[in-house]
Amino acid sequence: MKPPPFEYLAPEDFDAALEAVAEHGADAKLLAGGQSLVPAMNFRVTQPAVLIDLNRVPGLGDVRPDGSSGLLIGAMTRQRRLEFDSEVKRAAPLLAEAVPFIAHPQIRNRGTLGGSLAHADPAAELPVIALALEARLHAVSKRGDRWIEAADFFQGMFTTALEPDEILRDVALPSPRNGTGWAFEEFARRRGDYALMGVACLVHLDDAGQCDRARLVFLNAGDGPVLAVEAADMLQGRPLSAESARAAGRHASEKEIQPLGNLHARPEFQRHLARVLAQRALLTAAERARRPAKPS
Amino acid sequence: MPVEHRPIHLTVNGKATQASVEPRLLLSDFLRHDLDLTGTHVGCEHGVCGACTILFDGEPIRSCLMLAVQADGHEIMTVEGLAAGPEHMHPLQEAFWKAHALQCGFCTPGFLMTLIPFLNANPDPSPMEVREALSGNLCRCTGYQHIVDAVVLAAANLREARQAAG
Repeated sequence: MKPPPFEYLAPEDFDAALEAVAEHGADAKLLAGGQSLVPAMNFRVTQPAVLIDLNRVPGLGDVRPDGSSGLLIGAMTRQRRLEFDSEVKRAAPLLAEAVPFIAHPQIRNRGTLGGSLAHADPAAELPVIALALEARLHAVSKRGDRWIEAADFFQGMFTTALEPDEILRDVALPSPRNGTGWAFEEFARRRGDYALMGVACLVHLDDAGQCDRARLVFLNAGDGPVLAVEAADMLQGRPLSAESARAAGRHASEKEIQPLGNLHARPEFQRHLARVLAQRALLTAAERARRPAKPS
Repeated sequence: MPVEHRPIHLTVNGKATQASVEPRLLLSDFLRHDLDLTGTHVGCEHGVCGACTILFDGEPIRSCLMLAVQADGHEIMTVEGLAAGPEHMHPLQEAFWKAHALQCGFCTPGFLMTLIPFLNANPDPSPMEVREALSGNLCRCTGYQHIVDAVVLAAANLREARQAAG
């Protein structure tokens, strides 16, 4: 299992990288952390004519404050950094909570935020977190740049809104409103395996303790991260209790996700997991919303 | 299509090394075939088994998921860099031996290279933390229990040695 030959380009600044994608476009693949791309090349499932390695481009791996409380994260930021970064823990605790579920430390040492988002694997954690947090993705090409909402970015299995001459450069994470609770839950057969099902959720409670905002996003539940809009609506304007969490989890798992099933789980089992994990995540998030400002 | 080679300069086990490599050459194959460092084992070649784990700038990575050309300018440590020879084993190797943490030995180099930085960062790990740390390495022989024992033993020995050294 070896990759077939390809032309290797390792631009040393961002402009040179833009030149390279502009020239080679759809014949090229961008190499970020390589933790999904290189296995695919080893299997020869992917055979790019040109490989553009972004690892020599400086300045793409920073975590910076953005606006009053959000974060601007460079696309080449390694997942291992996100796991331990104090700014991430403060401003995006949902992201910090989810990252340790991504494969293994060896993988997270190389794997990047932008690489995972651009790969758009429906079973991956980071697209789910990006959609849950309403991330905005900064795509740059020689023609100019644009910001893409996470909801528009993921367009299906391994498919994104990125054009062949665009590079995903930054990810902006708005910080959820003060007092927002968060939780990430997933179920995998072994630690680090692709999860059979997973869910990220955010919950905000008003002064009377009623839920005034909820957001639920599932992984491995369709052809991309799946936002359960109706289940979130069901929670609005009432206290978040074990009963309402159970009802929302049931609705999302029965009506709003489309798990495809695989060798290890039939879709019915995935739906069962979605119901249980959603309920659990909602209750954890509600609990954290009740005692805010104490990121772990 | 003529086969194109790229010059690379890197440090392997403390030694400055240069070579000329085809861009598609995996780092794992470069270590084994070009440098003859066959202690790095190749199991699955798609990032699942962990046998090819090495240290890249001090952090454990899968060498089958990197290209040799990407190592240009970087520092690599393989299992061969751990100790001078059988008479001078690294305390972690010593503990693997004492606790019977290997049988066929195929996975062992990957376990060792995963656990060296783990023990540096976490000198007194609980057995659960050890299990978590080695979750990215597969072993078909031991059932892992003896590996966990070995890591706990190595951690204790390393702490003692550190204390003795003041």
